[in-house]
Amino acid sequence: MATRKTAAKPNVSADELKTYYHDMLLIRRFEEKAGQLYGMGLIGGFCHLYIGQEAVVVGLEAAADEGDKRVTSYRDHGHMLACGMDPNGVMAELTGREGGYSKGKGGSMHMFSKEKNFYGGHGIVGAQVPIGTGLAFADKYLGNDRVSFAYFGDGAANQGQVYESFNMAAVWKLPVIFVIENNQYAMGTSQKRSTSSPEIYKRGEPFGIPGEIVDGMDVLAVKAAGEKAVAHCRSGEGPYILEVKTYRYRGHSMSDPAKYRTREEVQNMREKHDPIEHIRQMLIDGKHATEEDLKEIDKSIKDVVNKSADFAKESPEPALDELWTDIYADVAPQDEDA
Amino acid sequence: MPTQVLMPALSPTMEEGTLAKWLVKEGDTVSSGDILAEIETDKATMEFEAVDEGVIGKILVSEGTEGVKVNDPIAIMLEEGESADDIDDDAAAPAPAADSAPDGKAPAEAEKPKGADAAPLEIKSNASPDWPEGTELQTQTVREALRDAMAEEMRADDTVYLMGEEVAEYQGAYKVSQGLLDEFGDKRVVDTPITEHGFAGLAVGAAFGGLKPIVEFMTFNFAMQAMDQIINSAAKTLYMSGGQMGAPMVFRGPNGAAARVAAQHSQDYAAWYAHIPGLKVVMPYSASDAKGLLKSAIRDPNPVIFLENELMYGHSFDVPVMDDFTIPFGKARIWKEGKDVTIVSFGIGMKYALEAAEKLAEEGIDAEVIDLRTLRPLDYDTVLASVMKTNRCVTVEEGFPVASIGNHLSAVIMERAFDYLDAPVLNCTGKDVPMPYAANLEKHALITTDEVIEAVKKVTYR
Ligand SMILES: Cc1ncc(C[n+]2csc(CCOP(=O)(O)OP(=O)(O)O)c2C)c(N)n1
Ligand SMILES: [Mg+2]
Repeated sequence: MATRKTAAKPNVSADELKTYYHDMLLIRRFEEKAGQLYGMGLIGGFCHLYIGQEAVVVGLEAAADEGDKRVTSYRDHGHMLACGMDPNGVMAELTGREGGYSKGKGGSMHMFSKEKNFYGGHGIVGAQVPIGTGLAFADKYLGNDRVSFAYFGDGAANQGQVYESFNMAAVWKLPVIFVIENNQYAMGTSQKRSTSSPEIYKRGEPFGIPGEIVDGMDVLAVKAAGEKAVAHCRSGEGPYILEVKTYRYRGHSMSDPAKYRTREEVQNMREKHDPIEHIRQMLIDGKHATEEDLKEIDKSIKDVVNKSADFAKESPEPALDELWTDIYADVAPQDEDA
Repeated sequence: MPTQVLMPALSPTMEEGTLAKWLVKEGDTVSSGDILAEIETDKATMEFEAVDEGVIGKILVSEGTEGVKVNDPIAIMLEEGESADDIDDDAAAPAPAADSAPDGKAPAEAEKPKGADAAPLEIKSNASPDWPEGTELQTQTVREALRDAMAEEMRADDTVYLMGEEVAEYQGAYKVSQGLLDEFGDKRVVDTPITEHGFAGLAVGAAFGGLKPIVEFMTFNFAMQAMDQIINSAAKTLYMSGGQMGAPMVFRGPNGAAARVAAQHSQDYAAWYAHIPGLKVVMPYSASDAKGLLKSAIRDPNPVIFLENELMYGHSFDVPVMDDFTIPFGKARIWKEGKDVTIVSFGIGMKYALEAAEKLAEEGIDAEVIDLRTLRPLDYDTVLASVMKTNRCVTVEEGFPVASIGNHLSAVIMERAFDYLDAPVLNCTGKDVPMPYAANLEKHALITTDEVIEAVKKVTYR
């Protein structure tokens, strides 16, 4: 683990801190609820929770601007909530209902929002990295100053297409931030068992891509690094790599017994490095908020999450016709005179 | 208000489990994330965490209880300030229907995994037995049979090794390689990084170099990353080198739809691979076929695609107790003889074929059911002989309809047995859509036993 940076503390406002606290806690409570619904059989298939990693996406979204794009893997619930997607729509997709973002057809791993520039939700490890690079290619081509975030895991970092992407992004100076969410495990394989040199952020060096390692349990450090990366990309300097060190508290997916690590290891992260607890302490210690204020936030989040669960249970299953829709986009009618 | 703690579903295919151990006792205060109990699922022992904080008021299911159904109450939680006296009888009763889907059926019930861990089917093969009469039989799951096949071949030949994601220390993502690391060590049971194109290509090189790799894909969906090495390197090199060198190796892993894992994780590749000259393609249904065919695949001097199915891993079948049991490629198995119609299938399609045959028998339609077992080579003779007898044929597979194995069989039957046909050959397949996630849509995307029955009635004009 990188050591905790608190350097960013002085210039953060109370409101900002409260926002981060709220956004991270929303993800955590949402994921706990999703785990519960999975246990009840209301969610099926694969379901990968983001608990423990909340600071990564909340910090980077704080550095992003309107119109910036993001794409990630199957561990995507946190990204969707952090970029402003509606918890009801996300939860209803988890239960496979009509009210879900993909009308119930995508499920936990495959959700998208054109409105929020969220490009999924991808199940094949590493496949989202060239896609994120392509989002940036399109922005450069179209001549706007948008930046794309391509999120992937420490395990995905061993896929060849990641390095093919690095090369193209560097050659064509594409405005893409490669975000490696290094939670130290790829399913049951610890990073040290699979990876020759553990410092993934340095892997851009031969391509001329600057990289940085960031404490992913500290939302302020993530935001600061994100701002630097965004500025670099937006000014036309090309891609940037952020290796964000984080930790997932739960198993890889709902069916992972997680015997490859000790309970102590997990407890230690939870008790000493929890990203939400960290901000909570800053709020209390800095007298930016009282216990009562925070209880208020907790309660409002609980309401939102409970509502999303109710919505996800009550939303009807998709109509059977939906099986046959969205396979092809409609072709615009040809103008006969043309 | 006291709340129920329900038996959780801890894997996509779990319907019930064993409450192995309680890690809390009545009166304990727990907070979110604390481990409450250890639960054995169909695949593993899992820790079950508390979601809310509270006090354990009452334990309803004692440890060691087997067969606890998902969603049965297993304990009662109290909030701060409540006592065990607050527990009324309602709280200990089965879960209310409030959490059910709009149609009043709980989704867990509505989308039962397709036959996971069901009892062995009644119909027994009565034609060309794969083992001598009187051979001792043992009941084994497909999972165990596959593991034994690999272990036996690894004992017999030390150039055979296994590589793939999570095959060693994790004991296999679906527990097929359980115990192999212990027996053979990490030189021969190799955990790889997530880099399918890389390790598939590396294994092709290792095969050129004198080894006999078994490459496990966590699922065949991920083999698409490695497709170029499988087709362009493994399948074609013997030909391109004028017979000097080839790739004696096996690519294996689960193929086809599992349960609710959506479009990118649910696809049957049987027809894809069967298209390629230079590959052999195996897709077993029963445990004895899984064992006998995998052993043959490992010995075969060609690249073999061995397509398993996650939903079949837990199914039990009779497997002969023999020192060295193999099944040759290119020999179909007749599971049931019949005179009215030929139903041809393979892999998990056999489940629908056999169920349909059983129901059709009740209606007086006597179907012959053929399991192809290998798609390359394919036992055309057995299929044709049967069609010449019954004059009707229905094919059953899980894959997409266009350019399916059924399409191919229809063409071959038309060419070689046209005059024997009393009806067009019908192909039952999965629907022509990516696999949806929603429970109700998934059910409709998959092939069903009823569709097979309907097709048989069409070709028999009933
Ligand atoms: C190409 C491919 N291979 C294998 C898998 C199965 N799989 C899903 S997630 C995963 C581990 C990925 O780990 P990492 O990239 O570190 O991401 P994390 O799950 O830790 O967020 C594996 C092997 C897959 N989905 N796609
Ligand atoms: Mg990881």
